[in-house]
Amino acid sequence: MLLIECPYCGVERPELEFRCGGEAHIARPEDPSGKTDEEWAEFLYMRTNTKGVYAERWRHIHGCGRFFNAVRDTVSDKFLKIYKAGEPMPDLASLAKEAGK
Amino acid sequence: MANPLYQPDAAEEPVLSLPAISMLKAAPLGRFSFRGRKAAQDAAAKALGFDLPQQPLTAAESSGKAALWLGPDEWLLLAPEDDTEALQAAMTQAIGDAPHALVDISHRQEALIVTGDKAEWLLNSGIPIDLDVSAFPVGMVTRTLFHKAPVMLWRIGDDSFVVEAWGSFMDYVAGLLAEPATELQAA
Ligand SMILES: [Zn+2]
Repeated sequence: MLLIECPYCGVERPELEFRCGGEAHIARPEDPSGKTDEEWAEFLYMRTNTKGVYAERWRHIHGCGRFFNAVRDTVSDKFLKIYKAGEPMPDLASLAKEAGK
Repeated sequence: MANPLYQPDAAEEPVLSLPAISMLKAAPLGRFSFRGRKAAQDAAAKALGFDLPQQPLTAAESSGKAALWLGPDEWLLLAPEDDTEALQAAMTQAIGDAPHALVDISHRQEALIVTGDKAEWLLNSGIPIDLDVSAFPVGMVTRTLFHKAPVMLWRIGDDSFVVEAWGSFMDYVAGLLAEPATELQAA
């Protein structure tokens, strides 16, 4: 079973306790009503969907309940970095390099 | 080993009563879900008489009450059933205007007391985490899954655990926990 570390609980737990929340670091527009339909659709639906190293939101839903962010290689399913919500996005290129990609 | 807060419910038949394992429904007790930041936490500690545990997955107990860490700003508070109202009043007064959530969930969930040499083995039939005492020591508390039901698990002794589940899930949890024990009876 895939084990994922929760940065709030500080332990590794099975994947079953977690839910993936899609791509991380997508900022909600500060002025939603000033956006065109196309811009709003872009914010709501369009994602990078990278094959490879990808920053995602995860939630320890059946544990502490908190959201956090993680960098995952979507090909190997290996987690390369786990960090708390609010922390800046790590450099994906250098994480990919470390992982030998 | 028992915990003073979790006493077997004398009105209930044991769910399991075997040499290697016993499973008993716990008597009612007072439960609160508490969430808040530092100011609310400090005030809550005054009303409780002890500090909320800040170390993840741990519990603090004193004078018949307990606070169990469930998340970075979330605790389950336990008190004897008769003290529920007094605790709520004391907490509300101490916390005042500091933003917080304090919800009486005494009747939302029920508890099973699982004790015996085979307790770890039995729980691991549906809980996917390492329950060896080196990985899950006495006093550790967590939310997790038992098969498909969300549960809270608290280790109250070397071979003694409390399993809390929502009332509507309790038949599912108790039923599925009793099932693997038939293997022990057969052996
Ligand atoms: Zn967690």
